[in-house]
Amino acid sequence: MRYLPLNENDRRAMLDVVGVKSVDDLFLDVPESARLKDLVDVPRHQSEAAVESYMAKLSGKNLSAGSAPFFCGAGAYKHHIPATVDHLIQRSEFLTAYTPYQPEISQGTLQALFEFQTQVAMLTGMDVANASMYDGSTACAEAVVMATRVARGKKMKAILASGLHPHYAAATQTVAQYLGIELTDNPSAPGQDHAAIDQIDDNTACIVVQSPNVFGEIVDLEPYAEAAHAKGALLIAVFTEPVAFGAIKSPGEQGADIVVGEGQSIGVGLNFGGPYVGLFACRQKLVRQMPGRVCGETVDANGERGFVLTLSTREQHIRREKATSNICTNSGLCCLAFTIHMSLLGEAGLRQMAETNHGRACQLADELSAIDGVELVNETFFNEFTLRLSKPAEAVVEALADKGILGGVPMSRLSGDNEDLLLVAATEVVSDADIAAYRQALEAILA
Amino acid sequence: MSMNNQGRPTAPSVANSNEVATVSGNKGLLQDEKLIFEIGTPRRSGVDFGEVPSGKSRLGGMERTSEIGLPGLTEPQTMRHYVRLSQKNYAIDLGVYPLGSCTMKHNPRLNEKVARMPGFADVHPLQPQSSVQGALELIHELAHWICTLTGMPSVAMTPKAGAHGEWCGMAAIRARLDADGHTHKRRVLVPESAHGTNPATAAQCGFSIDEIPATKDGRVDMDALKAKLGDDVAGIMLTNPNTCGLFERDIIEIADLIHGVGGYFYCDGANFNALVGRVRPGDLGIDAMHLNLHKTFSTPHGGGGPGAGPTVLSDALKDFAPLPFVTKDGDSYHFVEHKDGAGAASFGRMCAFHGQMGMFTRALTYMMSHGSDGLKQATEDAVLNANYVQASLSDVMTPAFPGVCMHEALFDDHFLDGTGVTTLDFAKAMIDEGYHPMTMYFPLVVHGAMLIEPTESESKQELDRFIASMRGLAERAKAGDVEAFQAAPIYAPMRRLDETQAARKPILRWTPPSAHLEAAE
Repeated sequence: MRYLPLNENDRRAMLDVVGVKSVDDLFLDVPESARLKDLVDVPRHQSEAAVESYMAKLSGKNLSAGSAPFFCGAGAYKHHIPATVDHLIQRSEFLTAYTPYQPEISQGTLQALFEFQTQVAMLTGMDVANASMYDGSTACAEAVVMATRVARGKKMKAILASGLHPHYAAATQTVAQYLGIELTDNPSAPGQDHAAIDQIDDNTACIVVQSPNVFGEIVDLEPYAEAAHAKGALLIAVFTEPVAFGAIKSPGEQGADIVVGEGQSIGVGLNFGGPYVGLFACRQKLVRQMPGRVCGETVDANGERGFVLTLSTREQHIRREKATSNICTNSGLCCLAFTIHMSLLGEAGLRQMAETNHGRACQLADELSAIDGVELVNETFFNEFTLRLSKPAEAVVEALADKGILGGVPMSRLSGDNEDLLLVAATEVVSDADIAAYRQALEAILA
Repeated sequence: MSMNNQGRPTAPSVANSNEVATVSGNKGLLQDEKLIFEIGTPRRSGVDFGEVPSGKSRLGGMERTSEIGLPGLTEPQTMRHYVRLSQKNYAIDLGVYPLGSCTMKHNPRLNEKVARMPGFADVHPLQPQSSVQGALELIHELAHWICTLTGMPSVAMTPKAGAHGEWCGMAAIRARLDADGHTHKRRVLVPESAHGTNPATAAQCGFSIDEIPATKDGRVDMDALKAKLGDDVAGIMLTNPNTCGLFERDIIEIADLIHGVGGYFYCDGANFNALVGRVRPGDLGIDAMHLNLHKTFSTPHGGGGPGAGPTVLSDALKDFAPLPFVTKDGDSYHFVEHKDGAGAASFGRMCAFHGQMGMFTRALTYMMSHGSDGLKQATEDAVLNANYVQASLSDVMTPAFPGVCMHEALFDDHFLDGTGVTTLDFAKAMIDEGYHPMTMYFPLVVHGAMLIEPTESESKQELDRFIASMRGLAERAKAGDVEAFQAAPIYAPMRRLDETQAARKPILRWTPPSAHLEAAE
């Protein structure tokens, strides 16, 4: 077996040192009834070539984004990732290192995390950020729990404004249900809806607002921030498309207290939904209630600047049941990919990327909304918008896929209602030819 | 010397550098490398874009006018920056990485290649399901392998890490108890040797925690366990093999006792790599267990993640599994995504999409490569390697418990009594010897714990060298060379770092020098 260095001579010699006759003697603590007599019922080992061939066939059964005109978004976006990114994250020293618990031999990971935290703070307009969460939705759930901690458990109500990605609302509900957090959810409907503002009361720990929201609408967060702060509540701003902040105001500039979202767009591929990288940033004064791993600057015994994991007294391995979260990993390699991609972009590149995305989306919206049976729902958008179709969106998307076009995400896939709404995204990878193909196909399907 | 809650020293005590400072600040292959904020500028970029179609802005007056400040680098500068950083990291590909309970085994590169195949890496989670049948088939196939290896009827694939899987299992237990109207069952038994995530997870699911002590031989104290049983017990969270690297001999009786009071048995599967192919958790009476695909099935740790924590569930719990999940109808696969039909009893959704597909591809590739015979052999080699290390060091170091161990060998710090050398010092001296230290100060139940997990990936030659180094260090400590230990490491990219200062005045981001001046004024 190509991965196992011991041979029979080694094993014999080692068993002698241990002082047992056979390896079975090392498993004598296992109750007799639970000792497997035979091999488990799966195939025996296979060559690298055989496994690779099997997997390639499975891979070939999927229509990949890069092989089709592609317009899906709704929380995951196809952007071009520079080849440098994937090369660097595959370096053994990054790929095959553990959590940097021994900082003297982990400065590579730690310095990259420090850069990541700073980039996320700058992008979101916040003071500090952690070293990442599992994904945007779990970051959202953690932010709501954090807000109740900030309120010292005295305010247990959290308001989810209309337009929050339904999966983010669901992931938050899942966590909240066992912690006594009362969620006020607002049905997802397109258009500017300020109903959530009137729901803020003295028992409200936080209000959660997404911008651009799930329909792609850009939401002015300032009225939410003002209303929340007037009642001593926190504004949690959510995003699923970080590239947007190369074009629109950051949540920090609009008064958000905690900013959470999905970082996949920068450096991380679609990967059928994971692994992704949850971004989590907040105001300095809230930092000791922030969940997750954080990296901080310090000095070594020679007085040289270095970095360590810090504030671990918030975390489960010290605080156990009183920890801020049970989280025990970050999305390490994905946040490294984010950092490298963001370092390649810089502000100038990010702004240009954002401009390209917005330009392509405007072009696509103009083309598609000119079709009979298609109505553009949005007043504003960045790189994603919502169309109201004359036929059910799910059937339209299937028909488009039959023509080799991945045309977007039906809203009903996310929430089970709004059957006529289709979420459509366009990024820098979309070409004029893709847009023309989409228009032609959609016209034919809706005719 | 200051200490943290684990009794672990947090500040460097001795600065004793024999190094000669270089003019450049570089040290040969080790390049001094500043932060990107100090070498890049916001106007520089390493990415070119094509022509932008111009038209009327639809941003609705929300344009960002403020400076973001993100620095950029060209491609060659980026390569150098991150290659230089990478060289300051230890890695499995470099040497022995015996972190107990973390399972640093070899990461086969075929797994990386497969994960990057376009049909897996470049598909959107919400594409029409007809266009991703291969991806769904892969998830279904991996679930089949997991159920077969664990002997369990069902597996929830979406949890994104081990702790997320723990949450999944405990939430399924909570949902089942609630569905049965057993709202009085809110107490969860957790051994005091448990990993910190266990009590943290139980608390996040609204349970209270009741700790069970261990016996002198490192296992659950059955008398204490029996004394704590009662009608309000929701279940137990138990790691097996436990965090001392020992198999819980009474595990079937423990399962029976917990079931006897109407509770459920959560097994922390962090150490399943000691059992694969030899023991199926389903034969031990467990109700839920997460698998760390990044430990047992070798998806890379990546400097702290991403992980993946699929969670097997018993018949009693499987209806409460999180959304979405894959089902097979005839020859086609589809997701159950909403709380109706087969998903009606689900406790909810745990993340935005379907879990860690990028880890599923790697784990299945690993499983198929090893096969039933290779998986069993890997388990046996991992256990043999750990026992070989334990046996080879037991005369100069002090094993925490007598007898054979499973996949990891636990030592306490009694062999250092009177030397002035701490577990931390010993670990830092290992760095100078070219090794990543073992897990230290965990489990908490053992004084100055040193938990060594070599995994099956180490050859006998590597282990013999490692053992010789450890013996030499132990002898040197006993010979009274305390100052050398306290000064270590001296051959690492950095000397000991001041963790106390980092926590007292947290600096969690770079700020421009002008901001420092403003703060001072």
